[in-house]
Amino acid sequence: MVTQTASKIIVKQLSIWFGKVQALKELSLQIHSSEILSVIGPANSGKTSFLRQLNRLNELEANFRVSGEVLLDGEDIQKLSPEILRKNVGMIFALPQVLPMSIYDNVSYGPRMHGIKNRGVLDGIVEESLEASFLWDEVKQRLKESATKLSGGQQQRLCISRTLALRPEVILFDEPCSGLDPVSTAKVEESMLKLKENYTIILVTNNTKQAARVGDRSAFFLMGELIEFDKTQKIFTAPADKRTEEYILGKFG
Amino acid sequence: MKLRLLKEFIIEKLIFLSGIASILFVILIFTFLLKEGISFFKEIGLKDFIGGKYWYPISEPERFGILPLILGSLLVTLGAIIIAVPLSIACAFYISEVVQGKAKDILKSGIEMLAAIPSVVLGFIGIVTLVPWMKKVLNLPTGLTALSGSIMLGLMAMPTIISISEDAINAVPKAYKEGALALGATRWQAMYRVVIYAALPGIIAASMLGIGRVIGETMAVMMLSGNAAVIPSTLLEPVRTLTATIAAEMGEAVHGGLHYYSLFAIGIILFVITFMINVIADIFLHRNKK
Repeated sequence: MVTQTASKIIVKQLSIWFGKVQALKELSLQIHSSEILSVIGPANSGKTSFLRQLNRLNELEANFRVSGEVLLDGEDIQKLSPEILRKNVGMIFALPQVLPMSIYDNVSYGPRMHGIKNRGVLDGIVEESLEASFLWDEVKQRLKESATKLSGGQQQRLCISRTLALRPEVILFDEPCSGLDPVSTAKVEESMLKLKENYTIILVTNNTKQAARVGDRSAFFLMGELIEFDKTQKIFTAPADKRTEEYILGKFG
Repeated sequence: MKLRLLKEFIIEKLIFLSGIASILFVILIFTFLLKEGISFFKEIGLKDFIGGKYWYPISEPERFGILPLILGSLLVTLGAIIIAVPLSIACAFYISEVVQGKAKDILKSGIEMLAAIPSVVLGFIGIVTLVPWMKKVLNLPTGLTALSGSIMLGLMAMPTIISISEDAINAVPKAYKEGALALGATRWQAMYRVVIYAALPGIIAASMLGIGRVIGETMAVMMLSGNAAVIPSTLLEPVRTLTATIAAEMGEAVHGGLHYYSLFAIGIILFVITFMINVIADIFLHRNKK
């Protein structure tokens, strides 16, 4: 039975290889519903590989191998079709990836692809999704304009709307603010905190301050290993591992 | 110091000359064509030339109507486009999106090799294989038809269209595809809704270049399409193209005679057609870039 406190995602003994390089080593952790888990760690620590495993984007690489299990609501994700999995586990990329079409089409692209054709229903989804990412007021007058004309921050929030339009359960953020200015970053973080009520969010970030600001719990990755995993407050005030402390204080990474 | 400036000056002017030369050559070619052809238009009006239904340049009285030739060229080109463009785009997608590793390299270089086969060789291969086969299978009086020409020209245009389309597809940022996949698109959905869309300007340019090659092609089409200067009603009849007419008759036309000038006039028409194709391609490309 799935209850409120049950884990949304359970990762068991997950290892990932790209060719001969092992990107992730026997990682196990559990992610609760309606929480923001922030994943921090230096470059090459396996953060992004971990994230991309949760919606199986890793398997697009030719020499990719995996062992271990990822359970979503108790079900092995390898047994789901990738299309269904990715609909339920949305992803926001580091660089906003608006598609070369209008704002409206960007948001309605996913639902249309999954078979929703009714114009009225699509209109509703578009408005609702844009509102959830605080973009509606800025673009409602120009839904037909090309999305590529929006500013970087707006594009990123458009990407969030696009993902929300699919009504996912989990949203993965892969360094969503690395290319944004502080004001846009604040807006994206604001929408993340709002979204947490209804979604499970996993945030990979290089910005430790961001992790401290929005994460309920934090995981520190180093060289493909999970070093420490605890409440964000604990990690940032009294880390158990010396390496975590050093990273947070900026001694390396 | 002075020497350096001089060097700079010379190099700058040389580059300017090379740039201007290409424009100059086009203008020179066109004026030459015009000079030779214009006297013909004085004799026979443009309307009779383009609209005339009969091409009897050496009978008595001579008739210089190139409508059958224009229609022949258009028919063969249209057939070639219908054969080549969809196949080439599909092939380009296969190479850039589906096949991987060594097979990809082999396919790529193989297709580029195809472009290097001289058209007369392709024409020859067509005559000994395609033409008898068409005659037998379709039960025609002759296998030398517009369709034979179209098939061979289509094959000839394919390497150009494939390799340029493939470049265009490869140039689509990987992020677009991943973005679409992350929204739960299947590979096919990501391909036809996003990748094709982003690569479209390049694919159109590739197709236009292919068409340009088809319409200007002479040798293979002369060998394969039967060379009968009559207005065709189906693809299964012999036709004669503008290019084949010039190539076949230039040798026997009396230098300085009306027939001789009429061939230059055909050259002008051909030039105008290819020029128009280029302009259309350009408009398309720029509209897409906006």
